[in-house]
Amino acid sequence: MNFEFSENQLLIRDQARNFLTQECAPPIVRAALESDSGYDRTLWQKIVELGWTAINIPESAGGLGLSCLELCVIAEELGRSLAPVPFSSSVYLATEAIKQFASNEQRSYYLPKLAAGEVIGTWAHSEGLGTAAATAQVMDGKLSGSWMPVPDGDTADIALFTACDAAGEVRLFLADLTGPGVARAVLPSMDPSRPQAQVTLNEAPVHAMNAGADDLSALLDSAAVLLAFEQIGGCQAALDMGIEYTKQRYAFGRPVASFQAIKHKFADMYVALELARANAYYGACALANDAPDLPLAAATARVSAIDAYYLVSKENIQAHGGMGFTWEFDCHLYYRRAQLLAGVIGTLPVWKEKLSTRLLEAA
Amino acid sequence: MDFKDTPELASFRSDVRSWLEANAERRTDKLHMGMEGDAAFQEAKAWYQKKARAGFACLTWPKEYGGAGLTPLHDVVWTQEVEHFKTRDAHFVIGIGNCGPAIMHFAKEEGKRELLPRMASAEDVWCQLFSEPGAGSDVAGLRTRAEREGSDWTLNGQKIWTSGAQYSDYGVVLTRTDPTVSKYRGLTLFMLDMRQPGVEVRPIKQMDGGGHFNEVFFHDAHVPDSYRLGDVGGGWTGALTVLMSERLAISGVQPTGFPQFLDLVKSLELNGQPLASDPIVRDRLASWYSQYAGLQALYKRMLTAVANGGIAGAEASMGKLVGAVMNQEIANYSCQLFGPAGVIQDSAISPERAHFQEQVLFSPGVRLAGGTDEVMRNILAEQVLGLPQEPRADKGMAFQDIPTGPG
Repeated sequence: MNFEFSENQLLIRDQARNFLTQECAPPIVRAALESDSGYDRTLWQKIVELGWTAINIPESAGGLGLSCLELCVIAEELGRSLAPVPFSSSVYLATEAIKQFASNEQRSYYLPKLAAGEVIGTWAHSEGLGTAAATAQVMDGKLSGSWMPVPDGDTADIALFTACDAAGEVRLFLADLTGPGVARAVLPSMDPSRPQAQVTLNEAPVHAMNAGADDLSALLDSAAVLLAFEQIGGCQAALDMGIEYTKQRYAFGRPVASFQAIKHKFADMYVALELARANAYYGACALANDAPDLPLAAATARVSAIDAYYLVSKENIQAHGGMGFTWEFDCHLYYRRAQLLAGVIGTLPVWKEKLSTRLLEAA
Repeated sequence: MDFKDTPELASFRSDVRSWLEANAERRTDKLHMGMEGDAAFQEAKAWYQKKARAGFACLTWPKEYGGAGLTPLHDVVWTQEVEHFKTRDAHFVIGIGNCGPAIMHFAKEEGKRELLPRMASAEDVWCQLFSEPGAGSDVAGLRTRAEREGSDWTLNGQKIWTSGAQYSDYGVVLTRTDPTVSKYRGLTLFMLDMRQPGVEVRPIKQMDGGGHFNEVFFHDAHVPDSYRLGDVGGGWTGALTVLMSERLAISGVQPTGFPQFLDLVKSLELNGQPLASDPIVRDRLASWYSQYAGLQALYKRMLTAVANGGIAGAEASMGKLVGAVMNQEIANYSCQLFGPAGVIQDSAISPERAHFQEQVLFSPGVRLAGGTDEVMRNILAEQVLGLPQEPRADKGMAFQDIPTGPG
């Protein structure tokens, strides 16, 4: 049993941390938050140049041929730095789906472009409030309907749509968002540094992928593990921020961090983070080894990452007192991102239900 | 990252498995093995001696002290396998888990060779004597006096919450040897012969009716200087070793109540419906599982660190805090699910032989033993996160000048 990343993977993590500390400092995140367009194209280009979008793509398709574990360590750093880029949509979801479920022709066309960051992809599944299953149906290779929110849906070039085929079975379909019959608009959201769009298709041509409901579920499981690393990265940054601030700030003649009421708050935040981190590590190990308990491990990683990021990001605001409620302080950036990451690929009730189903079905 | 045993561990696992199949009874449920009463103690001792003869006791201890000279990972393999069998180890956890490491670290070579093998083979049972009526979380405020008597020592005072003192042959005792210096500097740690006239053990009846703990009184108890662990005045360092070993010893086995809850949800029907189909129960199941699985994975991460030559960090304090709280919450929740009959504590009527009712009444003690929730949070905040200590009213004072409350 080995529950740690390899030396090389840890080196990649350190390099990613150094790079993002330089290139994705808080002013960059704020600029994205306050801009109309959301994501930071310059940062995206630099990330592409570092090869992060190519990590888990085979060398034969223009990628680096590394594993999901290298992606995990990158994800943690993207989460820590609140990077305003469509990485999770394009890499964990679209790239993986095309790698696993697309035709040979689509693979050889899209994978090199995804690796090179020339094409950005995303996944559209939510048709509005609630968590109901897909209702839109593909007829004669064309799909009509409206999806929201679609993460990074305004910037993505391609998207996977969850929709029903002619027989009413849920499948994945691939659509070119720059093609005919596609309209999209950014919606106001809690984290504008990762914009959410409404995407409307009007008889847009789509291609059926070789993926049914089970394949989609497996795709979401791998994304859940990677997103958990983004969440624990953000969690750690928010915890560090709160500790730093309360050590410096004095009240009643002593550091705020010396009061047990505050220390116990931080201890609880730390515990939640470490449980989430341990679950994410277990999920990564299950993912890398294609373990039979990956579905349960992935749901566990996601549930505890959502819980931990919410707890840590909200209590970090409280630990800052009134300053934590200002626009000027960065506390809200983590709180916003926690909300965003808790939403993509399905919220807590959905994943808790998956978790208990999988747990009760296990031997 | 992988889940595989090394070839060496795989072969050890297979040895353990076949020995257990031949020498122990398989479990049919996940309920706790009680440790109350003399019969349970005799059974436990017989089991432990059998396992010691087979070479499976104290796996990580050096061979010259009665151990097997193996790694912490072997210990984990043993724990994982033995879980499926009905065995009794609880009486020896404190001696072997807490006292053993301190003796190994601080005792003179002669004492180690004399006492450790007998501890490892369960010939001698040990207890730990730290807490006092006036010194719980602030254990360094203890008042049991050890005074020089020639080259040896005489003990007077009282300890409390001593697990298994009624069965113990020896104890590790923390005493005050100098009240004129600050409280941490005036302490000395000793080994103690419990079978002497100057040591009196009185059982404590717990709020759940059980009698796991004791008060221990010293009336001129005698301790040879060769039984001293570490320097005179250096007892606090030794005590910290014991306390960290304690948390480590229990971190892998800290009951969370989750496996029992999972069994309950899988098996029980209430109001004509399986519990497993109730969405509210499923929601709670998911929350607790995510914590339970987190503790398990945390433990695996700690083992990886230990296997790579690192040391255990705060995992033990987290395991203690999260597990003990979860255990109480799960027990209470389960009894609520049973409806008005949840209050009935009758192993013939109550599900899982009244495990959940028992835990409602026992779990408050688990949250206190080995450090309260608040002590765990202070450890995490101060030692892991580096937050400043609370100002202390007794800072810099000689022990004898520290104010105490009435009584």
